[in-house]
Amino acid sequence: MISSFPKLLNATLITLKLLSVSLVVGLILGILFSIMRINKNPIINKFAYGYSYFFRGTPLLVQIFIIYFGLGQLEFIRSSFLWIFLKEPYWCAIIAFSLNTGAYTSEILRSAFETIKPGLIEAGKSLGIQSKIIFFKIQIPIAIRQSLPAYGNEIILMLKGTSLASTVTLMDLTGVAKYIISTTFKPIEVFIVAGGIYLFLTFLIHNLIKFLEKKYSF
Amino acid sequence: MSIIKKFSLGLLISLFLTISANADKIRIGTEGAYPPWNSKDASGKLIGFEVELAWTLCRYIGQQCEIVEQDWDGMIPALIMRKFDAIMAGMSITAERQKAISFSQGYADEVASLAVMKGSDLEGISTSEGINLTKKTGAVKKDLKTLTSALAGKTVCTQTATIHQNFLESGDVGKINVRTYKTQDEVNLDLTSGRCDVALAAAVAFTDYAEKSGKPVVLVGPTFSGGAFGNGVGVGIRKDDTELLKAFNKAIDKARKNGDISRIATKWFGFDASM
Repeated sequence: MISSFPKLLNATLITLKLLSVSLVVGLILGILFSIMRINKNPIINKFAYGYSYFFRGTPLLVQIFIIYFGLGQLEFIRSSFLWIFLKEPYWCAIIAFSLNTGAYTSEILRSAFETIKPGLIEAGKSLGIQSKIIFFKIQIPIAIRQSLPAYGNEIILMLKGTSLASTVTLMDLTGVAKYIISTTFKPIEVFIVAGGIYLFLTFLIHNLIKFLEKKYSF
Repeated sequence: MSIIKKFSLGLLISLFLTISANADKIRIGTEGAYPPWNSKDASGKLIGFEVELAWTLCRYIGQQCEIVEQDWDGMIPALIMRKFDAIMAGMSITAERQKAISFSQGYADEVASLAVMKGSDLEGISTSEGINLTKKTGAVKKDLKTLTSALAGKTVCTQTATIHQNFLESGDVGKINVRTYKTQDEVNLDLTSGRCDVALAAAVAFTDYAEKSGKPVVLVGPTFSGGAFGNGVGVGIRKDDTELLKAFNKAIDKARKNGDISRIATKWFGFDASM
């Protein structure tokens, strides 16, 4: 049992790597798509709506399977440059996680944009500030602050979501836990340790978000 | 009587009835994803060599049976936790597993083989037809050496927690890049997609897949037996369940004598894999 602990800690690094890379890519996607969502052009905002509708409306597991096993069966994908990335389980997981968290992040940011009081924007305009500067200096900072609690939730959900990487052969925390169980036949002990590591990570994320909320409160 | 009281009484009675109905049933766990050993037909019904054999053995034991589905990687823990009483899931008898559970005598033999897609550079490797790892003779060592150099730098795929994974990680074929999957279906899919250069499983698992899917999957290298590959496939039973173990051993004896195992094996494998 004790000998399996270093293996689980090693796997935790892979879990954290998956989480951080997909959160960064997902945040960029989320910002882009939330800006598209509040755009007045119907084609642009319908497209962004469709993206978030699809990725929020289907299970993450199904998305990973479509990207990993589904796309891998198509000949024209295998012969294209995309296969360089799609061949590797790591990139398939990153793509699925990023697109998924990107969709949720775009919704979180969109609703944050919508809660900004029109008075603040009007105040900016009445002072003769350019609308571009209003957007970057007033709307975006307020939206980010407003969305912090919901985004913290999303990070925690994503942390647990990374456990699905084990279904596409990646040896993340859950994958290694399952592997240890398959050789020791002791599911309860191993899952309790793995669960404890997830809880600890959640604790860290929770406190980081709380700290940021305090720092940027107004 | 109030509605709630009536309802809970009804619930209690039905609970009691299910428990007593299950009490003398032998529950047999199988994976349902390893054709032709055990799999599911289009309607979701469990079929395959072991499913049919299980019903036959139960008839000889003279008790009612129920076949329960269980994911492969949780098979032994599920048996220990009494989710079912016996495993019939193409599980080879190995020393490692015998530390956790008992096995009946073997009822069928499984040879393992490597498989590649047609056109792979591994198609040309020349080894003997089959090697038995129990006795590492000079010829066996020579074949393992050939395999070690042929597999270097290749991604070798196999199902998790199997004898095949144990062999690949045993060092007999050097340090290689092993990728493990939850089911054999997934191994087959990634062998076809090209993510795996080569895969290892029961030879029949590949020939069955090649036949049903029409994909050009071909067997290469020797067939493997003995050593890490264990001593045939048997019924897995909890260590304290000695009565059930005896009953299964007797039933297997009878089924073998009456030719049932051979008949069912020939039906599902196309050859007599009984032992």
